[in-house]
Amino acid sequence: MAGRASASGAPKGFTLPQVPKILVYIVGFIPAVWLFYAGITDQLGADPMRVLEQELGEWALRFLIATLTITPLRQLFSINLLRYRRAIGLLAFYYAALHLTTYLVLDQGLDMAAIVADIVKRPYITIGMATFVVLVPLAVTSNNAAIRHMGGQAWAKLHRLVYVAAIGAVLHFILVVKSWPPEPLVYAAIVAVLLGYRLVRSLVKKPSPRRRPA
Amino acid sequence: MLIRRPSDILPSEITPREVYLNRRQWMTGAAGLAVATALPMGSEAAPLQAARSPFSTDEKLTSREDVTSYNNFYEFGTGKDDPAAKAKSLKTTPWTVKIDGMVGKPAEFAIEDLIKSSALEERIYRMRCVEGWSMVIPWVGFPLADLIKRVEPLGSAKYVAFETAYRPEEMPGMDSIFPVLEWPYVEGLRLDEAMNPLTLLAVGLYGETLPNQNGAPIRLVVPWKYGFKGIKSITRISFVDKQPPTSWNKQAPSEYGFYANVNPNVDHPRWSQATERRIGEGGLFVKRRPTLMFNGYAEQVASLYTGMDLRKLY
Repeated sequence: MAGRASASGAPKGFTLPQVPKILVYIVGFIPAVWLFYAGITDQLGADPMRVLEQELGEWALRFLIATLTITPLRQLFSINLLRYRRAIGLLAFYYAALHLTTYLVLDQGLDMAAIVADIVKRPYITIGMATFVVLVPLAVTSNNAAIRHMGGQAWAKLHRLVYVAAIGAVLHFILVVKSWPPEPLVYAAIVAVLLGYRLVRSLVKKPSPRRRPA
Repeated sequence: MLIRRPSDILPSEITPREVYLNRRQWMTGAAGLAVATALPMGSEAAPLQAARSPFSTDEKLTSREDVTSYNNFYEFGTGKDDPAAKAKSLKTTPWTVKIDGMVGKPAEFAIEDLIKSSALEERIYRMRCVEGWSMVIPWVGFPLADLIKRVEPLGSAKYVAFETAYRPEEMPGMDSIFPVLEWPYVEGLRLDEAMNPLTLLAVGLYGETLPNQNGAPIRLVVPWKYGFKGIKSITRISFVDKQPPTSWNKQAPSEYGFYANVNPNVDHPRWSQATERRIGEGGLFVKRRPTLMFNGYAEQVASLYTGMDLRKLY
Protein backbone atom coordinates (compact mmCIF):
# COMPACT_ATOMS: atom_id res chain seq x y z
CA MET A 1 0.00 0.00 0.00
CA ALA A 2 2.96 2.31 0.51
CA GLY A 3 5.94 3.66 -1.27
CA ARG A 4 6.05 4.54 -4.88
CA ALA A 5 3.42 3.55 -7.32
CA SER A 6 4.60 1.24 -10.02
CA ALA A 7 6.95 3.33 -12.14
CA SER A 8 9.84 1.29 -13.39
CA GLY A 9 7.96 -1.84 -14.39
CA ALA A 10 11.02 -3.02 -16.32
CA PRO A 11 11.28 -6.80 -16.25
CA LYS A 12 14.68 -6.82 -14.61
CA GLY A 13 16.11 -9.57 -12.46
CA PHE A 14 14.02 -12.24 -10.91
CA THR A 15 10.62 -12.99 -12.43
CA LEU A 16 8.23 -15.08 -10.45
CA PRO A 17 5.50 -17.03 -12.15
CA GLN A 18 2.40 -14.89 -12.00
CA VAL A 19 -0.69 -16.14 -10.23
CA PRO A 20 -4.16 -14.60 -10.48
CA LYS A 21 -4.68 -11.96 -7.80
CA ILE A 22 -7.93 -13.59 -6.76
CA LEU A 23 -5.80 -16.49 -5.51
CA VAL A 24 -4.09 -14.13 -3.05
CA TYR A 25 -7.50 -13.26 -1.59
CA ILE A 26 -8.60 -16.87 -1.46
CA VAL A 27 -5.43 -18.04 0.27
CA GLY A 28 -5.44 -14.92 2.45
CA PHE A 29 -8.88 -15.64 3.81
CA ILE A 30 -8.13 -19.26 4.73
CA PRO A 31 -6.97 -18.35 8.28
CA ALA A 32 -10.13 -16.33 8.94
CA VAL A 33 -12.44 -19.05 7.68
CA TRP A 34 -10.55 -21.67 9.67
CA LEU A 35 -10.60 -19.55 12.84
CA PHE A 36 -14.36 -18.96 12.68
CA TYR A 37 -15.00 -22.61 11.90
CA ALA A 38 -12.70 -23.78 14.70
CA GLY A 39 -14.29 -21.29 17.10
CA ILE A 40 -17.81 -22.45 16.40
CA THR A 41 -16.85 -26.13 16.58
CA ASP A 42 -15.01 -25.66 19.89
CA GLN A 43 -11.47 -26.26 18.64
CA LEU A 44 -9.86 -23.05 19.90
CA GLY A 45 -9.26 -24.19 23.47
CA ALA A 46 -10.60 -22.87 26.74
CA ASP A 47 -10.96 -19.24 25.72
CA PRO A 48 -12.01 -19.34 22.06
CA MET A 49 -13.20 -15.73 21.82
CA ARG A 50 -9.81 -14.45 22.96
CA VAL A 51 -7.97 -16.72 20.53
CA LEU A 52 -10.15 -15.58 17.63
CA GLU A 53 -9.72 -11.92 18.58
CA GLN A 54 -5.95 -12.17 18.97
CA GLU A 55 -5.36 -14.31 15.89
CA LEU A 56 -7.35 -12.01 13.62
CA GLY A 57 -5.37 -9.06 14.93
CA GLU A 58 -2.12 -10.89 14.44
CA TRP A 59 -3.03 -11.79 10.86
CA ALA A 60 -3.83 -8.14 10.16
CA LEU A 61 -0.34 -7.26 11.42
CA ARG A 62 1.24 -10.05 9.36
CA PHE A 63 -0.39 -8.80 6.15
CA LEU A 64 0.55 -5.23 7.03
CA ILE A 65 4.16 -6.35 7.41
CA ALA A 66 3.92 -8.30 4.14
CA THR A 67 2.94 -5.13 2.25
CA LEU A 68 5.96 -3.38 3.75
CA THR A 69 8.32 -6.07 2.43
CA ILE A 70 7.29 -5.59 -1.23
CA THR A 71 9.42 -2.47 -1.81
CA PRO A 72 12.62 -3.72 -0.12
CA LEU A 73 12.29 -7.06 -1.91
CA ARG A 74 12.20 -5.21 -5.20
CA GLN A 75 14.97 -2.77 -4.36
CA LEU A 76 17.34 -5.20 -2.69
CA PHE A 77 16.65 -8.51 -4.38
CA SER A 78 14.87 -7.48 -7.60
CA ILE A 79 11.91 -9.63 -6.62
CA ASN A 80 8.87 -7.91 -8.00
CA LEU A 81 5.65 -8.68 -6.19
CA LEU A 82 4.13 -5.27 -6.78
CA ARG A 83 1.05 -6.61 -8.50
CA TYR A 84 0.00 -8.40 -5.30
CA ARG A 85 0.56 -5.48 -2.96
CA ARG A 86 -2.96 -4.11 -3.22
CA ALA A 87 -4.49 -7.51 -2.42
CA ILE A 88 -2.17 -8.01 0.55
CA GLY A 89 -2.84 -4.51 1.83
CA LEU A 90 -6.59 -4.99 1.54
CA LEU A 91 -6.29 -8.31 3.35
CA ALA A 92 -4.58 -6.45 6.21
CA PHE A 93 -7.55 -4.09 6.29
CA TYR A 94 -10.14 -6.87 6.16
CA TYR A 95 -8.42 -8.71 9.02
CA ALA A 96 -8.23 -5.50 11.04
CA ALA A 97 -11.96 -5.03 10.43
CA LEU A 98 -12.70 -8.61 11.54
CA HIS A 99 -10.49 -8.14 14.60
CA LEU A 100 -12.35 -4.94 15.49
CA THR A 101 -15.73 -6.58 14.89
CA THR A 102 -14.78 -9.46 17.17
CA TYR A 103 -13.81 -7.00 19.89
CA LEU A 104 -17.04 -4.99 19.50
CA VAL A 105 -19.50 -7.86 19.14
CA LEU A 106 -18.06 -10.96 20.80
CA ASP A 107 -15.69 -9.50 23.41
CA GLN A 108 -17.71 -6.47 24.53
CA GLY A 109 -21.16 -7.68 23.44
CA LEU A 110 -21.80 -4.27 21.85
CA ASP A 111 -21.86 -2.69 25.31
CA MET A 112 -21.39 0.84 23.99
CA ALA A 113 -20.65 2.36 27.42
CA ALA A 114 -17.85 -0.15 28.03
CA ILE A 115 -16.50 0.33 24.50
CA VAL A 116 -16.44 4.11 24.72
CA ALA A 117 -14.81 3.91 28.16
CA ASP A 118 -12.19 1.57 26.70
CA ILE A 119 -11.43 3.91 23.80
CA VAL A 120 -11.09 6.90 26.09
CA LYS A 121 -9.27 5.28 29.00
CA ARG A 122 -7.19 2.46 27.55
CA PRO A 123 -4.23 3.55 25.45
CA TYR A 124 -3.98 0.18 23.72
CA ILE A 125 -7.62 0.44 22.60
CA THR A 126 -7.18 4.10 21.64
CA ILE A 127 -4.14 3.21 19.56
CA GLY A 128 -5.86 0.17 18.06
CA MET A 129 -8.88 2.25 17.04
CA ALA A 130 -6.71 5.02 15.63
CA THR A 131 -4.75 2.44 13.63
CA PHE A 132 -7.95 1.10 12.13
CA VAL A 133 -9.11 4.64 11.30
CA VAL A 134 -5.79 5.23 9.52
CA LEU A 135 -6.29 2.09 7.44
CA VAL A 136 -9.76 3.14 6.22
CA PRO A 137 -8.70 5.83 3.69
CA LEU A 138 -5.96 3.51 2.44
CA ALA A 139 -8.44 0.71 1.80
CA VAL A 140 -10.97 3.09 0.21
CA THR A 141 -8.33 4.38 -2.22
CA SER A 142 -6.88 0.98 -3.05
CA ASN A 143 -8.27 0.94 -6.58
CA ASN A 144 -7.26 2.28 -9.98
CA ALA A 145 -10.02 4.88 -10.07
CA ALA A 146 -8.76 6.48 -6.87
CA ILE A 147 -5.18 6.58 -8.15
CA ARG A 148 -6.36 8.23 -11.36
CA HIS A 149 -8.55 10.66 -9.49
CA MET A 150 -5.95 11.63 -6.91
CA GLY A 151 -2.89 11.54 -9.09
CA GLY A 152 -0.05 9.14 -8.38
CA GLN A 153 1.97 11.52 -6.23
CA ALA A 154 -0.84 12.45 -3.86
CA TRP A 155 -1.92 8.83 -3.73
CA ALA A 156 1.58 7.66 -2.83
CA LYS A 157 1.81 10.35 -0.19
CA LEU A 158 -1.47 9.27 1.38
CA HIS A 159 -0.41 5.65 1.37
CA ARG A 160 2.66 6.45 3.42
CA LEU A 161 0.16 6.38 6.29
CA VAL A 162 0.74 2.66 6.27
CA TYR A 163 3.95 3.37 8.20
CA VAL A 164 1.87 5.01 10.91
CA ALA A 165 -0.51 2.04 10.88
CA ALA A 166 2.34 -0.44 11.27
CA ILE A 167 3.74 1.44 14.26
CA GLY A 168 0.25 1.72 15.76
CA ALA A 169 -0.38 -1.98 15.30
CA VAL A 170 2.79 -3.13 17.09
CA LEU A 171 2.27 -0.60 19.89
CA HIS A 172 -1.28 -1.89 20.29
CA PHE A 173 0.08 -5.44 20.55
CA ILE A 174 2.84 -4.56 23.04
CA LEU A 175 0.41 -2.65 25.28
CA VAL A 176 -2.14 -5.45 25.51
CA VAL A 177 0.19 -8.10 26.97
CA LYS A 178 1.60 -8.52 30.45
CA SER A 179 5.36 -8.00 30.82
CA TRP A 180 7.48 -8.40 27.65
CA PRO A 181 6.71 -11.72 26.00
CA PRO A 182 8.68 -12.40 22.79
CA GLU A 183 5.94 -12.33 20.14
CA PRO A 184 4.98 -8.64 20.04
CA LEU A 185 8.65 -7.72 20.37
CA VAL A 186 9.56 -9.82 17.35
CA TYR A 187 6.87 -8.07 15.29
CA ALA A 188 8.05 -4.70 16.59
CA ALA A 189 11.60 -5.55 15.53
CA ILE A 190 10.47 -6.56 12.03
CA VAL A 191 8.50 -3.33 11.61
CA ALA A 192 11.48 -1.34 12.94
CA VAL A 193 13.77 -2.96 10.37
CA LEU A 194 11.33 -2.38 7.49
CA LEU A 195 10.75 1.26 8.39
CA GLY A 196 14.38 1.83 9.34
CA TYR A 197 15.40 0.57 5.92
CA ARG A 198 13.22 3.22 4.28
CA LEU A 199 14.53 5.94 6.55
CA VAL A 200 18.15 5.05 5.90
CA ARG A 201 17.55 4.80 2.18
CA SER A 202 15.84 8.19 2.04
CA LEU A 203 18.76 9.75 3.94
CA VAL A 204 21.48 8.08 1.92
CA LYS A 205 19.88 8.50 -1.47
CA LYS A 206 18.60 12.00 -2.03
CA PRO A 207 15.53 11.62 -4.20
CA SER A 208 16.12 13.18 -7.59
CA PRO A 209 13.09 15.26 -8.59
CA ARG A 210 12.95 13.71 -12.03
CA ARG A 211 12.44 10.20 -10.81
CA ARG A 212 9.22 10.98 -9.03
CA PRO A 213 6.48 8.51 -9.86
CA ALA A 214 4.15 9.57 -12.59
CA MET B 1 -49.05 -34.67 69.56
CA LEU B 2 -46.39 -35.85 67.18
CA ILE B 3 -47.10 -33.64 64.23
CA ARG B 4 -45.78 -30.19 64.96
CA ARG B 5 -47.11 -27.12 63.33
CA PRO B 6 -44.64 -25.22 61.08
CA SER B 7 -44.16 -22.53 63.69
CA ASP B 8 -42.83 -25.14 66.11
CA ILE B 9 -39.99 -26.15 63.83
CA LEU B 10 -36.80 -24.56 64.97
CA PRO B 11 -34.85 -22.75 62.30
CA SER B 12 -31.84 -24.85 63.28
CA GLU B 13 -33.69 -28.03 62.39
CA ILE B 14 -34.14 -27.01 58.81
CA THR B 15 -31.26 -28.11 56.63
CA PRO B 16 -29.21 -25.00 56.10
CA ARG B 17 -29.06 -23.87 52.51
CA GLU B 18 -25.31 -24.25 52.55
CA VAL B 19 -25.45 -27.91 53.52
CA TYR B 20 -28.26 -28.60 51.10
CA LEU B 21 -26.32 -27.01 48.28
CA ASN B 22 -23.19 -28.82 49.31
CA ARG B 23 -24.93 -32.14 49.03
CA ARG B 24 -25.85 -31.37 45.43
CA GLN B 25 -22.39 -30.18 44.73
CA TRP B 26 -20.84 -33.24 46.34
CA MET B 27 -22.92 -35.36 43.98
CA THR B 28 -21.63 -33.51 40.94
CA GLY B 29 -18.14 -33.61 42.41
CA ALA B 30 -18.40 -37.34 42.97
CA ALA B 31 -19.68 -37.85 39.45
CA GLY B 32 -16.80 -35.83 38.11
CA LEU B 33 -14.38 -37.82 40.20
CA ALA B 34 -15.78 -41.10 38.90
CA VAL B 35 -15.31 -39.90 35.34
CA ALA B 36 -11.85 -38.55 36.08
CA THR B 37 -10.62 -41.80 37.63
CA ALA B 38 -12.10 -43.81 34.79
CA LEU B 39 -10.04 -41.89 32.26
CA PRO B 40 -6.46 -42.90 31.65
CA MET B 41 -4.21 -40.23 33.13
CA GLY B 42 -1.04 -39.07 31.44
CA SER B 43 1.02 -38.32 34.51
CA GLU B 44 1.00 -40.17 37.79
CA ALA B 45 -2.14 -38.45 39.10
CA ALA B 46 -3.11 -40.09 42.38
CA PRO B 47 -6.57 -39.88 43.95
CA LEU B 48 -6.85 -37.86 47.15
CA GLN B 49 -9.39 -38.28 49.94
CA ALA B 50 -10.89 -34.96 50.91
CA ALA B 51 -13.70 -33.70 53.12
CA ARG B 52 -16.28 -31.27 51.83
CA SER B 53 -16.06 -27.66 52.92
CA PRO B 54 -18.70 -25.03 53.67
CA PHE B 55 -16.45 -22.53 51.88
CA SER B 56 -17.13 -24.18 48.53
CA THR B 57 -19.26 -22.44 45.95
CA ASP B 58 -22.04 -24.32 44.18
CA GLU B 59 -21.32 -22.65 40.85
CA LYS B 60 -20.82 -24.78 37.78
CA LEU B 61 -17.29 -26.19 37.69
CA THR B 62 -14.91 -25.27 34.90
CA SER B 63 -14.11 -28.50 33.05
CA ARG B 64 -11.00 -30.43 34.10
CA GLU B 65 -9.83 -30.12 30.51
CA ASP B 66 -9.95 -26.30 30.65
CA VAL B 67 -8.50 -26.07 34.16
CA THR B 68 -5.50 -28.17 33.13
CA SER B 69 -4.90 -26.79 29.63
CA TYR B 70 -5.33 -23.03 30.02
CA ASN B 71 -2.66 -21.89 32.44
CA ASN B 72 -0.34 -19.04 33.27
CA PHE B 73 2.90 -20.55 34.54
CA TYR B 74 5.59 -18.45 32.91
CA GLU B 75 8.41 -20.74 34.02
CA PHE B 76 7.16 -22.91 31.15
CA GLY B 77 6.47 -20.16 28.63
CA THR B 78 4.06 -17.28 28.17
CA GLY B 79 1.50 -19.12 26.01
CA LYS B 80 -1.62 -20.40 27.75
CA ASP B 81 -0.94 -23.89 26.41
CA ASP B 82 2.80 -23.86 27.16
CA PRO B 83 2.49 -25.17 30.75
CA ALA B 84 0.36 -28.17 29.74
CA ALA B 85 2.78 -28.94 26.89
CA LYS B 86 6.06 -28.38 28.72
CA ALA B 87 5.56 -28.85 32.47
CA LYS B 88 6.05 -32.62 32.29
CA SER B 89 9.77 -31.98 32.58
CA LEU B 90 9.35 -30.76 36.16
CA LYS B 91 10.38 -33.49 38.61
CA THR B 92 8.03 -33.33 41.58
CA THR B 93 9.47 -36.32 43.47
CA PRO B 94 11.32 -35.99 45.70
CA TRP B 95 10.02 -32.57 46.79
CA THR B 96 10.57 -30.72 50.00
CA VAL B 97 9.08 -27.53 51.34
CA LYS B 98 11.41 -25.57 53.58
CA ILE B 99 9.88 -23.49 56.36
CA ASP B 100 12.24 -20.89 57.79
CA GLY B 101 12.56 -17.37 59.12
CA MET B 102 10.79 -16.16 62.22
CA VAL B 103 9.32 -19.43 63.41
CA GLY B 104 9.72 -21.45 66.57
CA LYS B 105 9.95 -24.70 64.64
CA PRO B 106 11.71 -24.33 61.32
CA ALA B 107 11.22 -27.46 59.26
CA GLU B 108 11.73 -29.17 55.99
CA PHE B 109 8.73 -31.23 54.98
CA ALA B 110 8.75 -33.97 52.39
CA ILE B 111 5.65 -33.33 50.31
CA GLU B 112 4.18 -36.80 50.98
CA ASP B 113 4.52 -36.31 54.74
CA LEU B 114 2.92 -32.90 54.50
CA ILE B 115 -0.05 -34.33 52.59
CA LYS B 116 -0.37 -37.34 54.91
CA SER B 117 -0.29 -35.24 58.07
CA SER B 118 -2.83 -32.68 56.87
CA ALA B 119 -6.63 -32.86 56.90
CA LEU B 120 -7.42 -32.48 53.23
CA GLU B 121 -10.55 -30.66 52.11
CA GLU B 122 -12.14 -30.07 48.77
CA ARG B 123 -12.58 -26.33 48.24
CA ILE B 124 -14.50 -25.22 45.18
CA TYR B 125 -13.31 -21.68 44.62
CA ARG B 126 -13.76 -19.04 42.00
CA MET B 127 -10.43 -18.04 40.43
CA ARG B 128 -10.19 -14.59 38.86
CA CYS B 129 -7.18 -13.89 36.68
CA VAL B 130 -5.88 -10.32 36.48
CA GLU B 131 -6.27 -10.67 32.69
CA GLY B 132 -10.07 -10.61 32.99
CA TRP B 133 -11.12 -14.27 32.89
CA SER B 134 -12.28 -16.61 35.61
CA MET B 135 -12.80 -20.28 36.44
CA VAL B 136 -14.45 -22.37 39.15
CA ILE B 137 -11.97 -24.96 40.37
CA PRO B 138 -12.41 -27.87 42.81
CA TRP B 139 -9.10 -27.69 44.68
CA VAL B 140 -7.95 -30.26 47.20
CA GLY B 141 -5.76 -28.93 49.95
CA PHE B 142 -5.48 -27.76 53.53
CA PRO B 143 -5.67 -24.34 55.12
CA LEU B 144 -2.32 -22.56 55.19
CA ALA B 145 -3.26 -21.66 58.77
CA ASP B 146 -2.91 -25.35 59.76
CA LEU B 147 0.70 -25.38 58.63
CA ILE B 148 1.42 -21.99 60.18
CA LYS B 149 0.18 -23.19 63.57
CA ARG B 150 2.44 -26.25 63.36
CA VAL B 151 5.60 -24.21 62.88
CA GLU B 152 4.74 -21.62 65.55
CA PRO B 153 5.60 -18.22 64.10
CA LEU B 154 7.33 -15.77 66.43
CA GLY B 155 5.61 -12.57 67.49
CA SER B 156 7.94 -10.64 65.21
CA ALA B 157 6.67 -12.41 62.07
CA LYS B 158 4.31 -10.13 60.16
CA TYR B 159 4.40 -11.53 56.64
CA VAL B 160 4.75 -14.87 54.91
CA ALA B 161 6.98 -15.11 51.84
CA PHE B 162 6.76 -17.91 49.27
CA GLU B 163 9.19 -19.12 46.65
CA THR B 164 8.74 -21.32 43.57
CA ALA B 165 11.30 -23.92 42.56
CA TYR B 166 14.23 -22.44 40.61
CA ARG B 167 15.11 -25.10 38.05
CA PRO B 168 15.99 -23.67 34.63
CA GLU B 169 16.89 -27.13 33.36
CA GLU B 170 13.36 -28.39 34.11
CA MET B 171 11.53 -25.14 33.38
CA PRO B 172 12.11 -24.21 29.73
CA GLY B 173 10.46 -20.77 30.00
CA MET B 174 13.09 -19.52 32.42
CA ASP B 175 15.95 -19.24 29.97
CA SER B 176 13.91 -17.36 27.36
CA ILE B 177 15.96 -14.66 25.62
CA PHE B 178 13.29 -12.23 26.76
CA PRO B 179 13.11 -12.72 30.53
CA VAL B 180 9.48 -12.09 31.41
CA LEU B 181 10.00 -12.08 35.16
CA GLU B 182 12.85 -12.29 37.59
CA TRP B 183 13.26 -15.88 38.82
CA PRO B 184 12.50 -17.56 41.10
CA TYR B 185 8.87 -16.49 41.28
CA VAL B 186 8.14 -15.05 44.70
CA GLU B 187 4.92 -14.11 46.43
CA GLY B 188 3.80 -12.95 49.83
CA LEU B 189 0.88 -12.43 52.18
CA ARG B 190 0.36 -10.49 55.34
CA LEU B 191 0.27 -12.96 58.26
CA ASP B 192 -3.44 -12.30 58.91
CA GLU B 193 -4.22 -12.93 55.24
CA ALA B 194 -2.21 -16.13 55.42
CA MET B 195 -4.13 -17.20 58.54
CA ASN B 196 -7.55 -16.54 56.97
CA PRO B 197 -9.49 -19.82 56.75
CA LEU B 198 -10.00 -19.32 52.98
CA THR B 199 -6.27 -19.33 52.25
CA LEU B 200 -5.41 -22.76 50.96
CA LEU B 201 -2.31 -24.77 50.20
CA ALA B 202 -3.59 -26.89 47.32
CA VAL B 203 -2.08 -30.27 46.54
CA GLY B 204 -4.76 -31.44 44.13
CA LEU B 205 -7.73 -30.63 41.92
CA TYR B 206 -10.67 -32.64 40.72
CA GLY B 207 -9.98 -35.22 43.44
CA GLU B 208 -6.45 -35.98 42.35
CA THR B 209 -2.92 -34.72 42.90
CA LEU B 210 -2.08 -31.51 41.02
CA PRO B 211 -0.97 -31.76 37.40
CA ASN B 212 2.41 -30.06 36.94
CA GLN B 213 0.94 -27.24 34.88
CA ASN B 214 -1.29 -26.27 37.80
CA GLY B 215 1.62 -25.96 40.22
CA ALA B 216 2.46 -29.46 41.42
CA PRO B 217 3.09 -30.66 43.97
CA ILE B 218 1.92 -27.79 46.18
CA ARG B 219 0.64 -24.30 45.46
CA LEU B 220 -1.08 -21.39 47.12
CA VAL B 221 -4.73 -20.53 46.46
CA VAL B 222 -6.02 -17.17 47.70
CA PRO B 223 -9.48 -16.94 46.15
CA TRP B 224 -10.15 -13.26 46.84
CA LYS B 225 -6.95 -12.16 45.11
CA TYR B 226 -5.95 -12.20 41.46
CA GLY B 227 -4.64 -15.54 40.29
CA PHE B 228 -0.98 -14.49 40.11
CA LYS B 229 -0.89 -14.42 43.93
CA GLY B 230 -1.40 -18.19 43.82
CA ILE B 231 2.28 -19.10 43.62
CA LYS B 232 2.93 -22.55 42.19
CA SER B 233 5.35 -25.40 42.89
CA ILE B 234 6.39 -23.97 46.26
CA THR B 235 9.75 -24.95 47.73
CA ARG B 236 10.08 -22.41 50.51
CA ILE B 237 7.86 -20.56 52.95
CA SER B 238 9.53 -17.91 55.10
CA PHE B 239 8.18 -15.88 57.97
CA VAL B 240 9.45 -12.31 57.87
CA ASP B 241 8.85 -8.96 59.56
CA LYS B 242 8.80 -6.79 56.42
CA GLN B 243 6.59 -6.88 53.34
CA PRO B 244 8.35 -9.35 51.04
CA PRO B 245 8.98 -8.65 47.34
CA THR B 246 6.49 -10.20 44.91
CA SER B 247 7.29 -11.09 41.31
CA TRP B 248 4.69 -9.15 39.34
CA ASN B 249 5.04 -6.14 41.60
CA LYS B 250 8.78 -6.09 40.84
CA GLN B 251 8.06 -6.39 37.12
CA ALA B 252 5.51 -3.54 36.95
CA PRO B 253 4.86 -1.86 40.31
CA SER B 254 2.27 0.52 38.88
CA GLU B 255 0.21 -2.37 37.52
CA TYR B 256 0.46 -5.14 40.12
CA GLY B 257 0.38 -4.37 43.81
CA PHE B 258 1.36 -6.47 46.80
CA TYR B 259 -2.27 -6.95 47.81
CA ALA B 260 -3.77 -7.66 44.37
CA ASN B 261 -7.25 -8.08 45.81
CA VAL B 262 -9.92 -8.66 43.19
CA ASN B 263 -11.62 -5.29 42.91
CA PRO B 264 -14.01 -4.31 40.11
CA ASN B 265 -13.68 -0.63 41.07
CA VAL B 266 -9.91 -0.41 40.68
CA ASP B 267 -8.89 -0.96 37.08
CA HIS B 268 -5.61 -2.31 35.90
CA PRO B 269 -3.90 0.77 34.39
CA ARG B 270 -4.27 -0.74 30.93
CA TRP B 271 -7.62 -2.53 31.12
CA SER B 272 -10.89 -2.58 33.04
CA GLN B 273 -11.44 -5.02 35.91
CA ALA B 274 -15.19 -4.44 36.08
CA THR B 275 -16.15 -7.60 34.21
CA GLU B 276 -14.79 -11.04 33.46
CA ARG B 277 -15.26 -13.93 31.06
CA ARG B 278 -16.00 -17.27 32.72
CA ILE B 279 -13.97 -19.89 30.89
CA GLY B 280 -16.08 -22.62 29.29
CA GLU B 281 -19.21 -20.50 29.37
CA GLY B 282 -20.62 -19.77 25.91
CA GLY B 283 -17.49 -20.52 23.89
CA LEU B 284 -17.07 -17.99 21.11
CA PHE B 285 -20.20 -16.19 22.31
CA VAL B 286 -19.14 -15.88 25.94
CA LYS B 287 -21.00 -13.18 27.89
CA ARG B 288 -19.07 -11.02 30.31
CA ARG B 289 -20.22 -11.17 33.90
CA PRO B 290 -19.66 -8.50 36.53
CA THR B 291 -16.60 -9.04 38.71
CA LEU B 292 -17.43 -9.14 42.42
CA MET B 293 -15.61 -7.28 45.17
CA PHE B 294 -12.99 -9.60 46.66
CA ASN B 295 -14.11 -12.07 44.00
CA GLY B 296 -17.31 -12.65 45.99
CA TYR B 297 -15.49 -13.42 49.27
CA ALA B 298 -16.08 -10.01 50.87
CA GLU B 299 -17.99 -11.55 53.78
CA GLN B 300 -14.94 -13.57 54.84
CA VAL B 301 -12.14 -11.12 54.06
CA ALA B 302 -13.34 -7.51 53.83
CA SER B 303 -12.53 -6.96 57.51
CA LEU B 304 -8.84 -7.61 56.80
CA TYR B 305 -8.72 -4.32 54.94
CA THR B 306 -10.85 -1.94 56.98
CA GLY B 307 -9.45 1.56 56.91
CA MET B 308 -7.15 0.82 53.97
CA ASP B 309 -7.38 2.82 50.75
CA LEU B 310 -7.71 0.00 48.25
CA ARG B 311 -7.13 2.39 45.36
CA LYS B 312 -3.64 3.06 46.64
CA LEU B 313 -2.98 -0.37 48.09
CA TYR B 314 -4.14 -2.30 45.03
